[in-house]
Amino acid sequence: MNAIIGQPIRRREDIRFITGRGRYTDDIAVAGQTYAVFARSPYARAKIRGIDKASAKALAGVIEVFTGADLAAGGIGTLPCGWLVKSTDGSDMKVAPRPPLAIEQVNFVGEPYAVVIAATAAAAKAGAEALEADLEELPAQAALATAMEGVQIHDGIEKNLSFHWSIGDQAKTDAALKAASHITTLTFANNRLIPNAIEPRACVAVYDAAADEITLTTTSQNPHVERLILTAFLNLAPEHKLRVISPDVGGGFGSKIFVYPEETAVAWAARALNRPIKWTADRSEAFLSDAHGRDHLTTAELGMDANGTFLGLRVKTRANLGAYLSTFGSAVPTYLYATLLAGQYKTPAIYAEVDGVYTNTAPVDAYRGAGRPEATYVVERIVEAAAREMKIDPVEIRRRNVIREFPYETPVALVYDIGDYEQSLARALKLADVAGFPARRVAAEARGMKRGLGYACYIEACGLAPSKIAISLGGGVGLFESGEIRVNPTGSVTAFTGSHSHGQGHETTFAQVVASKLGIPMDQVEVVHGDTGRMEYGLGTYGSRSLAVGGSALVRSAEKIIAKGKLISAHMMETTPDEVEFDEGVFTARGTNKKMTFGEVAFAAYVPANYPEGLEPGLSEKSFYDPVNWTYPAGTHIAEVEIDPETGVVEVVAFTAVDDFGEIINPMIVEGQVHGGVAQGIGQALLEHGIYDDDGQLLTGSYMDYAMPRADDLPSFKVETTVTPCTHNPLGAKGCGEAGAIGAPAAVMNAVTDALGREDVAMPATPERVWRALQGV
Amino acid sequence: MNVSMVVNGEACEIEAAPNALLVDVLRQTLRLTGVHVGCDTSQCGACTVRMNGRAVKACTVLAAQADGSEVTTIEGLGAPGALHPLQAAFQETHGLQCGFCTPGMIMSALDLIESGERLDEAKVRAGLDGNFCRCTGYHNIVKAVLLAAGANA
Repeated sequence: MNAIIGQPIRRREDIRFITGRGRYTDDIAVAGQTYAVFARSPYARAKIRGIDKASAKALAGVIEVFTGADLAAGGIGTLPCGWLVKSTDGSDMKVAPRPPLAIEQVNFVGEPYAVVIAATAAAAKAGAEALEADLEELPAQAALATAMEGVQIHDGIEKNLSFHWSIGDQAKTDAALKAASHITTLTFANNRLIPNAIEPRACVAVYDAAADEITLTTTSQNPHVERLILTAFLNLAPEHKLRVISPDVGGGFGSKIFVYPEETAVAWAARALNRPIKWTADRSEAFLSDAHGRDHLTTAELGMDANGTFLGLRVKTRANLGAYLSTFGSAVPTYLYATLLAGQYKTPAIYAEVDGVYTNTAPVDAYRGAGRPEATYVVERIVEAAAREMKIDPVEIRRRNVIREFPYETPVALVYDIGDYEQSLARALKLADVAGFPARRVAAEARGMKRGLGYACYIEACGLAPSKIAISLGGGVGLFESGEIRVNPTGSVTAFTGSHSHGQGHETTFAQVVASKLGIPMDQVEVVHGDTGRMEYGLGTYGSRSLAVGGSALVRSAEKIIAKGKLISAHMMETTPDEVEFDEGVFTARGTNKKMTFGEVAFAAYVPANYPEGLEPGLSEKSFYDPVNWTYPAGTHIAEVEIDPETGVVEVVAFTAVDDFGEIINPMIVEGQVHGGVAQGIGQALLEHGIYDDDGQLLTGSYMDYAMPRADDLPSFKVETTVTPCTHNPLGAKGCGEAGAIGAPAAVMNAVTDALGREDVAMPATPERVWRALQGV
Repeated sequence: MNVSMVVNGEACEIEAAPNALLVDVLRQTLRLTGVHVGCDTSQCGACTVRMNGRAVKACTVLAAQADGSEVTTIEGLGAPGALHPLQAAFQETHGLQCGFCTPGMIMSALDLIESGERLDEAKVRAGLDGNFCRCTGYHNIVKAVLLAAGANA
């Protein structure tokens, strides 16, 4: 049965998706359902002077209008930020209160201030358009670069500064830079991205008056966290009176981790009206109101000696938080970012400062990679630039500084347990045929094209996280995961996980894990996720944590099942438990020909006639797995680009990724995760940019303005893996979901700057920017 | 107004508002929820269905325009146990992850395959540029279409 692990088994969930039988939130139709549409601010900042409900309620089909004041009167609180960051002076981050529906002031275009409930979607839309609101436009501060000097957005938050945070040893780093024989300095922006899962956010709320229970079906990556926040912080209902179901979800990429105003208001309104309510975002709303990603301004200085040995790295970043702190908005540009600034290198002194600032734009939070792409961009761009300045081959400078001994404690608070960075680098050099690059460059030049090659040797921290450490750093929740295995009397099993799959293929991968551990066929394993009414409390899926943490929980439960099976079978085979061996689904009494199958033991557990004295019947075990460390996937990505100097168009002609994700359960799914991440990373480098004008209007509010990567923007990718097993979880797994988005932007921009022969090209490297760089205009 | 269509081989007559979109009639009236909506500017292609043998974005077609038409949605292409070769190819090559873009992607790809043109990677990529996928980076989608095209050849 162990032949299951490591096999590219085709996904079982595909059957429903390729035949149109998937069940996404908007596919649900409840008898008597009504529809919600939100009235949203057209201004980046405005005082709400009054809302005339009658203007909407006069319309046919409109049932009710609720405002922020109604929710507040109903006891609904403000949307919390789940990670407390402290400034260097010891003070808590400054939090601007965020009612689900704005009450006194709106602070970004698209912020909702009322919800209209109507019998049809069209009537709700007409009602929201007809709703008269007296909004007094106020001066806004949209630009990040001037945010600390501009208009103060929130009362009591001076300079729009939520926190001034730092990590590392400042004095040691300053001294290292002073002693350096060469310092490379880069200043750059990490462009704002808009996640754009193809399924827009949606929810359906149903109130059961008899049970006094709300069932909220919604597009969430973590239904239990959603339930916890809605109940403990927003006072929607007692926790046991709210069920959150996350059915098939059409992509998340981080944007569906967070608790948003819309599902809060809809769930509350469904109870207030005692009617089912559905809300589905249209794409325009998604652009305006989904949490955005990235958006940093950074200056980095890397000091080295004459041989290119890194001595110190100093980083100063201004991170855009948007108008409010989203659910994990404070953690992303701090603990998920600056702790990764060591990268793969032995830089002995690192110091980073981060100013988290408010602007009149949509909240910014985790998007695929969440802080780690930004850190990798800093490290890998500056290492490449340093190599060029020092006239050292970029591979050679990395080899001179790479970490070779593990465990390795970085100057920025992490302990890497294991890795072999040179192995993935060496393999990538071969796979990308770097040796043949000079000839390809010459050939390109003969065609009038500029060709460049760029590397990114990244590290990430996944498998978040050890609960105690996370909580001590300000995290508001534990970061373990639950896994339960219920063995049915016939010997089939149902596995429940607190992880959530929104494309990652857990129903297949987790079935591989459970079937392998229990020695039963995969078709005897059902994997259930995404429903607080069915499984134990869990933390959900983000940060490439599902297999390393959620999968480990299922392994622990399988071990408990086997241990109990040994007690039962020992009794029936008239031996002692330590004389029972379990292998390939069979319990054998050592030294005898007595054996029992897994199914026979399961049946005995539920029909306990010949059964150990004092042992409970049944065969069902659960585990909460709390990791002892983060996992550290790492690898080398190599991009090769060709630039048409006439047009400035950059083509990625080859992209190679060699990643170490530890042990792999299903290589087909892992490769798919890399492909998708790389596509988003190339998107960031060349195409995607969320742009607000100075008045805070989103200029890239549709697919006609925001450049999503299309099939003909991308090459096929060369993907391989190397393996150093994670040392501290039972699967040896590290996580693979974000690597592509982490490595690709730096690799592509290193290739673009290599081709252009200059460093000052910003992401996204659009044809206009590249053409201007070439023309010097 | 009254709209008559043959949808997935079955004749149906429905009442629809003059401004009703085909996608809403398919999803809401006929409950063919494999047809998805991913945008409001006819860019993403998640709602792609076939009308009289050609791929159309159902968000850009009025139900009234479909009167008298033959419409095929993903539900009409093949079923579990009796998959269309293109559906099977998407599973075989891991050409989908979250599955949301998949029905539209398959219906667009079907057009490409049935065009009779000899397909290669570049042609498949160009032919699918009206369909967004955020999960796969298109790598395995391209493989799926080429696999199915080969199987049909």
